Amino acid sequence: MVAEEGRKLYLKIDATDRMKQLMTEYYIDAKGAEGTDRPICWITSGGPVEFLIAMDVIPIYPENHGAMCGASKMGVQLAEVAEGLGFSGDLCSYARLDIGSAITHGGPIGGLPRPDFLLCCNNICGTVQKWYEELARYFEVPMFLMDTPFIHKTTYEHATEYVRKQCLELVAFLEEQTGREFSLERFAEVAMLSVEGIELWKEVLKTAEHRPSPLTCFDAFIHMALIVTLRGTPEVVEYYRLLKGEMEKRIENGISAVPEEKHRLIWDNIPIWFEMRNLGQLFARNNTCLVADTYTTAWAIDIKIDDPLTSMADAYTGIYLNISIDLMFEKLLALIERFSADGVVMHSNRSCKPYSLGQYDLARMVTERTGKPVLMIEADMTDSRAYSEAQVRDRVEAFIESFP
Amino acid sequence: MTVAGVDIGSNTAKAVIMDNGDILATSLIMTGHQSRLAGRRALDLALREAGLEEGDIALIVATGYGRLTTDFTDQKVTEITCHAKGAHSVQPEARTVIDLGGQDSKVIAVGENGKVVDFVMNDKCAAGTGRFLEVMAAALEIELDNMGEVSLESESPASISSVCTVFAESEVVSRVAEGTNKMDIVAGIHQAIASRIYAMTVRVPFKEKVIMTGGVARNIGVVRALEKRLETSLVVPEMPQHMGALGAAIIAEERAGA
Repeated sequence: MVAEEGRKLYLKIDATDRMKQLMTEYYIDAKGAEGTDRPICWITSGGPVEFLIAMDVIPIYPENHGAMCGASKMGVQLAEVAEGLGFSGDLCSYARLDIGSAITHGGPIGGLPRPDFLLCCNNICGTVQKWYEELARYFEVPMFLMDTPFIHKTTYEHATEYVRKQCLELVAFLEEQTGREFSLERFAEVAMLSVEGIELWKEVLKTAEHRPSPLTCFDAFIHMALIVTLRGTPEVVEYYRLLKGEMEKRIENGISAVPEEKHRLIWDNIPIWFEMRNLGQLFARNNTCLVADTYTTAWAIDIKIDDPLTSMADAYTGIYLNISIDLMFEKLLALIERFSADGVVMHSNRSCKPYSLGQYDLARMVTERTGKPVLMIEADMTDSRAYSEAQVRDRVEAFIESFP
Repeated sequence: MTVAGVDIGSNTAKAVIMDNGDILATSLIMTGHQSRLAGRRALDLALREAGLEEGDIALIVATGYGRLTTDFTDQKVTEITCHAKGAHSVQPEARTVIDLGGQDSKVIAVGENGKVVDFVMNDKCAAGTGRFLEVMAAALEIELDNMGEVSLESESPASISSVCTVFAESEVVSRVAEGTNKMDIVAGIHQAIASRIYAMTVRVPFKEKVIMTGGVARNIGVVRALEKRLETSLVVPEMPQHMGALGAAIIAEERAGA
């Protein structure tokens, strides 16, 4: 039964204001650093940002900016700029709109500050390498590539060593670029703050195990911004403590994110940024809470303080997009179980090949093992031209109607 | 107790009025550009045929793409659930429903109780839908309703490799330019649709019996091509286009009685 119209389908999280403030300060500070002696490095979302923070380099995430452009519904106009230059419409839309924004300074914040160098980690996909090579040519700046071997079944010592050695090369690269000396002491301090932030972020996500859940994955998609961009700083630790407190208070007071939570689902893949609000309301109206996702948990990595370099090498190699379908399946199963989910919603994301390839197999495996249904919706994370609202609404409602 | 189901699709709007399990009246009109009005008109037509007024109807359930914009209906249910329900009522043994409508193609796995077990839909692309056939009919300058019969005469169907409506259209135009027989081109188009729907059907995966609903089921060429691909015979109900509205009416009956 569809929830009555006119009821409040979305409950604002108070901490959001603080997050917006932190993100605004971050971007203002970063933009102000352009052309000064404070170095700016563009980094991929799965990259080891701790090294940058420890060297007082300002990290800039084109993917986070891509999400912002998508959420502001500016993705298409920026992507068109890149397409006009000859980049294929089949290329990742983050890459297309980032290239478009770099050239036109378009987007909600007037483009990103110019990079002094680039850090590209291919643990999330192979596209980032070519994309960052384009950026390196365009801005005429050096690029560091961190290569993380794909994990088919298990990690091997030599693979860990291969990545750990690259961490050392990265240190040398950063020292050369910044003219500063790397301090292991400072790095350990940053790693510790990073771990603290990550642990708190995990605890925030864990509150959704409660029935009814105090937050939805749509909330998590918004509140992940800081763990992605600024982990390793004290502000992030302070922020997630605040957010966790608010979620715990919701549980104490019996407040749920979805007014009448009846069904619980897991989300797979990157959010459809331009459609988040509508989708959130669509599910809420149908008394369904998306309690967890495979995306925001990607930043819930393990770093061990006693050996940060080795554990970081393992953590950055082992993220969700760099592992085989069998390993993804294990993680997905664990989420379904831990969050008592009734099924899974998979976003077949036209942009993100490593995330979307194999989803049909995953879906079949989930249903075979758990008997739980999986819904597939076709879209794109920021390119709204690859999205049909009416079709998706139909599928979502039919899916929920089929629940007992 | 009298109830109604209204199915406002992308192409046509349908209504079914039922009284204690019996169909009293049905209607079918083109949706046009104002789907809300189309639903209203379809209902009014069916009411007139039944000699009833809106006040006589205990509950109206809307389905189809236009369901959300109606203000005269009591409840809204997706056409996936409704087609399963409608198809189950005319063929209780059906476990798979292939619904090819105006802008959507769906394959629905149905349980013994007529409930949806699983479903697969086409992606954003309109290949294999009624709209696809319309475009092809226009390119070939033949009547949509004649396509099925025409294609049955073909002995060597032309190869239409693309399932994208736009690409397939230009392929069809190329075949015309090459002087290929119309019947062979139409048969080729039907095979292309069958191939696409086949891929969706095995993904569900399908169980017998298979029933086909929606406007495209009226095209005997597509039905035969699909039967060949699936290696099974399809049940085509008398009024395939009305299965959604019928399902909506049955759901209205269940809910009004509950």
